[in-house]
Amino acid sequence: MAFLDVLTQLIDATIRVSVPLLLACLAGLYSERSGIFDISLEGKMLAGAFAGAAAAAVTGSAWLGLGAAILISIFFSLVHGFASITHRGNQIVSGVAINFIAAGATIILGQAWFAQGGRTPSLTGSARFQAIELPGAAAVKDVPILGAIYSEILSGHSLLVYFAFLMVPFTWWMLFRTRFGLRLRAVGENPAAVDTAGISVAWLRYRAVICTGVLTGAAGAYLSVAQNAGFVKDMTAGKGFIALAALIFAKWKPVPAMFACLLFGFLEAASIRFQGMAWPMIGKVPVQLMQALPYILTVILLAGFIGKAIPPRAGGVPYVKER
Amino acid sequence: MAEAAIELVGINKSFGAVWANRDINLQIAPGTIHGIIGENGAGKSTLMSILYGFYQADSGEIRVGGKPISIKAPNDAIAVGIGMVHQHFMLVENFTVLENVILGAEGEALLKNSIAKARSELQRLEKEYGLEVDPDAIVEELPVGLQQRVEILKALYRGAEILILDEPTGVLTPAEADHLFRILQQLREQGKTIVLITHKLREIMAITDTVSVMRQGTMVATRETAKTTVEELAELMVGRRVLLRVEKGAAKPERAKLSVKDLTVRDSRGVTMVDGVSFDVRAGEIVGIAGVAGNGQSELIEAICGVRCAVSGSVVLDGEPIDVTGIADPGELRDRGLAHVPEDRHHVGLVLAFEENENAILGYHDKGEYLKGPFLDIDAIRDDARTMIERYDIRPGDCRLKTANFSGGNQQKIILAREMEQDPGVLIVGQPTRGVDVGAIEFIHKRLIAMRDQGKAVLLISVELDEIRALSDRILVMFAGRIVGERGPDATEGELGLLMAGIEHREAAE
Repeated sequence: MAFLDVLTQLIDATIRVSVPLLLACLAGLYSERSGIFDISLEGKMLAGAFAGAAAAAVTGSAWLGLGAAILISIFFSLVHGFASITHRGNQIVSGVAINFIAAGATIILGQAWFAQGGRTPSLTGSARFQAIELPGAAAVKDVPILGAIYSEILSGHSLLVYFAFLMVPFTWWMLFRTRFGLRLRAVGENPAAVDTAGISVAWLRYRAVICTGVLTGAAGAYLSVAQNAGFVKDMTAGKGFIALAALIFAKWKPVPAMFACLLFGFLEAASIRFQGMAWPMIGKVPVQLMQALPYILTVILLAGFIGKAIPPRAGGVPYVKER
Repeated sequence: MAEAAIELVGINKSFGAVWANRDINLQIAPGTIHGIIGENGAGKSTLMSILYGFYQADSGEIRVGGKPISIKAPNDAIAVGIGMVHQHFMLVENFTVLENVILGAEGEALLKNSIAKARSELQRLEKEYGLEVDPDAIVEELPVGLQQRVEILKALYRGAEILILDEPTGVLTPAEADHLFRILQQLREQGKTIVLITHKLREIMAITDTVSVMRQGTMVATRETAKTTVEELAELMVGRRVLLRVEKGAAKPERAKLSVKDLTVRDSRGVTMVDGVSFDVRAGEIVGIAGVAGNGQSELIEAICGVRCAVSGSVVLDGEPIDVTGIADPGELRDRGLAHVPEDRHHVGLVLAFEENENAILGYHDKGEYLKGPFLDIDAIRDDARTMIERYDIRPGDCRLKTANFSGGNQQKIILAREMEQDPGVLIVGQPTRGVDVGAIEFIHKRLIAMRDQGKAVLLISVELDEIRALSDRILVMFAGRIVGERGPDATEGELGLLMAGIEHREAAE
């Protein structure tokens, strides 16, 4: 039973840790499928986390926090869009700039507004998204295995967790079953084809980056208003980049993206769970190595195990009508 | 005559200082195939892009079915029934045929119904016009001819009554081109109006009812195809009489400038592409290497020019060996008087993002005359570039223009000018007139003959048998990496054709 307990706890943790990755990964999917590379997922998530925590702390409403997170994240997306769609700037440079601005501005504003060393005040009660108990979770708790799966793994997460996982089929449906999705995929592959078909390339790409903004905002809010009870500086800790890696790993497809994020989430959850534990034969593994494990595996996986990942063909290239 | 399907009145368009279209007037009758012919860069594609709403004319009026309309974007053109098949297909390569067809014409927010509707509509079009193509095939897996058919279907699906095709046969095999023409005739019979843009005279004569000729941005003439000739059209296109056949005197070959002995070259997969090839090229002669593409010609010249390593064999340039099996440095070879016009000008011959003057000296940029201390002497470079522009009639004549903005024929002239003006002893030319228009072909051929008459050794590689026969003093035929025969310039096409197909002339004669 001890083993099963560890396993359910590990899976439960995996889900919690995967959520911001998943939201950011899907966010990147919308943008990159439209041909706009976005390495500023990290910065937008961070800005969203700060705005969410700050708004929730001031208003006492988690929902208003979520709204603020999404708004600020959309704002940064539009900046990225303005630079790379309207002005055909370099998408990497624009993304890096946003990451820097977010990292600096969140600390400065946090200190100026709350004077707690860049933190926001701790959120309690309705200022935070609370865990939702699925109906009957308590009743089936003692049923072996199935009960544990339902009550421990499926139940007891905050609303944003369910939202993140529902976004996976939704994104798939959006991409492959709707007009918007068809055009979004087309514009990332051959914007000239979209243009000659009489569709505005710029407007389409702007809509894609707005979708990105909504999802990175939600990811940020999850970090500071649901998973944690407030904003801490640099709390995204590279999750935006891991999400990008997961996106490549998943070859820009929503369902594989979910599995990639769960894998990275599992590695992170395992590194926390087994921290300081003595392993048979090996002995005690240094904490730093355990923490580095997800990143090391990311490198290995991306370097060798996914085969050729072909990005959207027009990705990173500003659209200019040819003579 | 009924109301014109399309009428253009006084269309003007300039890009910077360059007039792409100048005072264009044109009337196209409904239910006809109208050809627009002109050299590369004459402004045909620009004119059609204006008609399709890709560009805005600076001034002028477009009338469709007699009514003046404003076409600000492709949407407007589609709405009045104009469809366009672009030279470079506007297809999303990893989409299915159906997805490509409905893109932009989906009708409703969910795809399900529009896909179903497109499927039945494609079946109808297939029956009506013989345009069969598997609706569920992925576009990039289709041969080019079928991809083009998808473009035509896209236009018809949007209800096009007027179909513009921009250089449609450039990418097609002769058989595919014939099939396309049959489709176009069928469309005409159904009352569609077709505008065919091309620089190939043969196509104009074969399929059009009327033809308009463009030259340097202006419309110089419109003729009924039946009442004109190839010669007249060629003259109108170029603005002067064109020799469709090269005139040259007898060669006066001297000593060997370039000797190739037992050269063997393998490609990156380890397949032997050149298999023990030996030949000489003497001063004052043009040696042509004929062969179907892919029989080792490309690898042969790459090895001689130091771009690719040979496995064994030797090459002697002016009595001095070239290290073809080791590190032959193309730059050093250039210093020794070996100039190379590569087959693939976009990837090997030019940096398209550079200005014309930079490309005009590329590879020779470390010569003293272009240097001022450690720096490039920009003024000297531009002066030289301007001289070349003048002598080779490169258009537009602006040495600061980005090379990508020149037409294919003029890009080729830039390379030829660069390599010829450095006065090399040996000139190796790969596919000198691929994708080049009539006037420029004549010019390039004349220059090559002139090089020969100056006592240079010229090695010519071309897949155009006519070109090989017109220029060469000796013809070597390559098949499967070997030289299978040598013939004089009077060899017949049939004789060379058999050699190129790997059938020994001796056997064929028996």
